[in-house]
Amino acid sequence: MSLSPEIVEPVQATDPVPVERGVVGRSPGQLAWRRLRRDRTAVISGCTLLVLVLVALAAPLIEALYGVGPHDEFKHLLTRRGSIPLGYAGGVSADHWFGIEPGTGRDIFIRMVYGLRTSLFIALASALVTAAIGVTAGIVAGYLGGWVDAVISWITDFALALPFLIFALAVMRPVELRFYGPREEVPTWFRVAVLIAIFAAFGWTSTARLVRGQVISLREREFVEAARASGAGLGHILFRQLLPNLWAPILVSFSLAVPAYVTGEAALSFLGIGIVDPTPDFGAMIFRSIAYLQTDPAYVFFPGVTIFALVLAFNLFGDALRDALDPKSSR
Amino acid sequence: MSLLAVEGLTKHFPARGGVVRAVDGLDFAVRAGETLGLVGESGCGKTTTGRMLVRLLEPTSGRIIFEDRDITHVGRRAMRPLRQDLQIIFQDPYASLNPRHTVGRIVAMPLTVNGIRPPGGVKKRVQELLELVGLNPEHYNRYPHEFSGGQRQRVGIARALALRPKLIVADEPVSALDVSIQAQVINLLRQLQRDLGLAFVFIAHDLAVVRHFCQRVAVMYLGRIVEIGERAEIYERPRHPYTRALLSAIPDVAKLGESQGRIRLSGDVPTPMNPPSGCRFRTRCWKAQDICAKEEPPLAAGVACHFPEGSQELSPEGSQELSPEGGKLS
Repeated sequence: MSLSPEIVEPVQATDPVPVERGVVGRSPGQLAWRRLRRDRTAVISGCTLLVLVLVALAAPLIEALYGVGPHDEFKHLLTRRGSIPLGYAGGVSADHWFGIEPGTGRDIFIRMVYGLRTSLFIALASALVTAAIGVTAGIVAGYLGGWVDAVISWITDFALALPFLIFALAVMRPVELRFYGPREEVPTWFRVAVLIAIFAAFGWTSTARLVRGQVISLREREFVEAARASGAGLGHILFRQLLPNLWAPILVSFSLAVPAYVTGEAALSFLGIGIVDPTPDFGAMIFRSIAYLQTDPAYVFFPGVTIFALVLAFNLFGDALRDALDPKSSR
Repeated sequence: MSLLAVEGLTKHFPARGGVVRAVDGLDFAVRAGETLGLVGESGCGKTTTGRMLVRLLEPTSGRIIFEDRDITHVGRRAMRPLRQDLQIIFQDPYASLNPRHTVGRIVAMPLTVNGIRPPGGVKKRVQELLELVGLNPEHYNRYPHEFSGGQRQRVGIARALALRPKLIVADEPVSALDVSIQAQVINLLRQLQRDLGLAFVFIAHDLAVVRHFCQRVAVMYLGRIVEIGERAEIYERPRHPYTRALLSAIPDVAKLGESQGRIRLSGDVPTPMNPPSGCRFRTRCWKAQDICAKEEPPLAAGVACHFPEGSQELSPEGSQELSPEGGKLS
């Protein structure tokens, strides 16, 4: 090869970017956001999620506008024998949009609005706690390797091997009894906290594995060595150098974990160990509706469809997010 | 006085069924403001050496002396002030910049990590550095993916300069770049070396680049230095057979087609897990005698060979088509 002796000139960095808007570059995050906005599935599922979240957040406002509370009972709209709602489709009317519950005579619409709140809160909180534990464990295990990795991986495998449902069934009641007597009312916040703890105890492992794998491939990259060569400490390398490169898998696993926790919470409530009846909740509603499946099929319809839409929207959005964050990966 | 001195530097990696003797007893020194080229084929331990110099790898044995201070086993905290004097430029400009950080943040990283607040602020210093390496300082807020390979390498150079080091280990800084860009980056490094009085340990496998850039050259083979000396000595009067073979392998466009004068080494590099006894090069050397298998030649007067060449010029007549002991290895 020949080396030309000419003096270096500053090379303009403008050529790869066709549209010049000032000198602020587009971050990888901004590029992903642009791709996400062009994806129709992402926009539709994202809007669905936004509406559902807004409904959950604005529940007291909706209650005030709607004029019916989640615990108001309308026994006069039920048949005397069997307590089945009068009218068509489970008593759908201008006052009760989705009809009323058989047995108790409570309004289904407003209970669903509040139920959405319970479900989303538990699912989001579980996903957040899960992600925090999983990311920390995974990043530490992946970067440090050695015995730290061995211990964390062993715990991960152990937690993955435990059957979740059986464990949850076995743990929930004794925990409640440990803090509250057999005749005492167990407050809802306590049940919610135990649910979140159970979800977090089982859920962090998959995130930890995912993050660990990513970190192992990242830690040999030279930008990590550059940080070490400049004297960076462990905290800087883990959370300033590595973590920004992990947002894509973390976000995707988060957005796919939320629907899993929505159904998980509904399943546990359905089995009677999650949220119990007076508190509005999807799982508990579906649990109650089973008894009326033949006499009042409309009761199971509304919560069933809503939870389906919620979970589907979350899953589609998670997939779209994955595509937007990592455009090179094929489906 | 030498800025950096290395004595018996050794790195053994544990591996399945033994140890890989990646670097096996190096001795060399770099004076302030000097450029030392470290050449050799892949796997000869030159990158491992570079990483040990900046303490990214812990040496198995031997000593690294920087400004009369033994830094071989200095802890991270005590190393901090030394890090400022000792920096590294990496080979792969795509892997060496964090894709999620802006260029400004990347270049400022050594300053933030060490808690240094330059007069006029970090941003001003970063922009000065970007200008120094020939980048537009206004591109402070851009991300690495918006730059070409050569520009990224300039960012890496700016980062290495941020702490005003005295010595930079350049680990094949231009191997991943196009030939036309290589020249620009090499010229930039030369200019910086002259202007800032930097010392370089320049690791490369491209002999032409090393000749262009380095004042002194060390040739490595299988974890050891086989020859070390001034550039003119090495390139014009190589004394070790391996150096001669390496030099004869440089393609010469002027003599395209002619194959005379080229020394073809037969066989592969032996595994560093089980290097040959005595002289490590003997299995591929056409001059090997019995003594080469028994005694390891010491690095004396810049060459580690029992039968070094005299001071005759490397010429086509001097090096006939030598195909030494063809089947000995296989």
